[in-house]
Amino acid sequence: MQIKVLRNILEANDRISNQLREMFRQKAILVINLMSSPGAGKTSLLEKTLDQLRDEFSMSVIEGDLQTSNDAERIAATGAQVLQINTGGGCHLDSSMIQEAAGKMDLEQTDILFVENVGNLVCPAEFSVGEDYKVTILSVVEGDDKPEKYPLIFAESRVLLLNKTDLLPYVDFDLDKASGFARSINKNIEIFPLSARTGDGLEPWHDWLRKEVHRKKQDR
Amino acid sequence: MHEMSIAQNLIRIVEQEMVQNNASRLLRVKISYGRISAIVPEALQTAFQALTRQTPLEGAVLETREVPLKVRCRECATEFSPQERDLLIMTCTSCGAEFGHEVISGKELLLEEIEVE
Repeated sequence: MQIKVLRNILEANDRISNQLREMFRQKAILVINLMSSPGAGKTSLLEKTLDQLRDEFSMSVIEGDLQTSNDAERIAATGAQVLQINTGGGCHLDSSMIQEAAGKMDLEQTDILFVENVGNLVCPAEFSVGEDYKVTILSVVEGDDKPEKYPLIFAESRVLLLNKTDLLPYVDFDLDKASGFARSINKNIEIFPLSARTGDGLEPWHDWLRKEVHRKKQDR
Repeated sequence: MHEMSIAQNLIRIVEQEMVQNNASRLLRVKISYGRISAIVPEALQTAFQALTRQTPLEGAVLETREVPLKVRCRECATEFSPQERDLLIMTCTSCGAEFGHEVISGKELLLEEIEVE
């Protein structure tokens, strides 16, 4: 007997993700799913952003990591509320992990919740975690062909942060080329080149966060 | 290796469908995945075979079908499928615009059909 099914294989993940999205909407929390390959600078960027926006917003972080709590300790040092998820080797976070983590946090005052995903350009792109936006960091040392090699993550992202621009003199990375590739697969992507290390270029990214927090509070 | 999670999700849905249809044995599963979804079909096969061992699903054939990428041109709204391997710059077949197309299909991940007895 043949049975037509036509169901989204990740429907269970999407269902919880939608429940989370509704909860975050009611609390007017802007949720950012931050993704990149390992070492592209997710934690370094968060340290800078959490520090520079601390007087404007209350921010919390869910930290996904394979094994260690190194990153969570760096985040906690900024004074932000942080909750660590160890995936025990799992290559991505999913919505049920975020549901459990969010239940353990005090999010009443939070304006922005950052979900720092496991370092990986492939797997996290398939699993939504209740976020408003996916934000991908690509560092210039990784090469400007990455949007071509990993199209899904760039197709799904609202913002592309091109990090480590202080290293541009030492690498063959063409900012226009990388931006063009990303835009060819995603017409709405916003691109901000910056250096989390020196702080150069952070302001346009922070302005974007300010605008989106404002929008989120208006939409409640 | 997120194919393991995908296989787990797939198996859960197949089991629900089998219960609803009073099926005792799974013969075949057909799924489709978009060309730019991050799926490696061979890895999904391995995960599916491993997870169904010694269950009523064991031995079922998993058929995977790739769905082509289809985009809509930002400039002239023509819908077209970029050539295989032509992902870097997707030139519109109608007006020649290169950037900023909207993805219409090619990201999906669907359980299409099962065959049971």
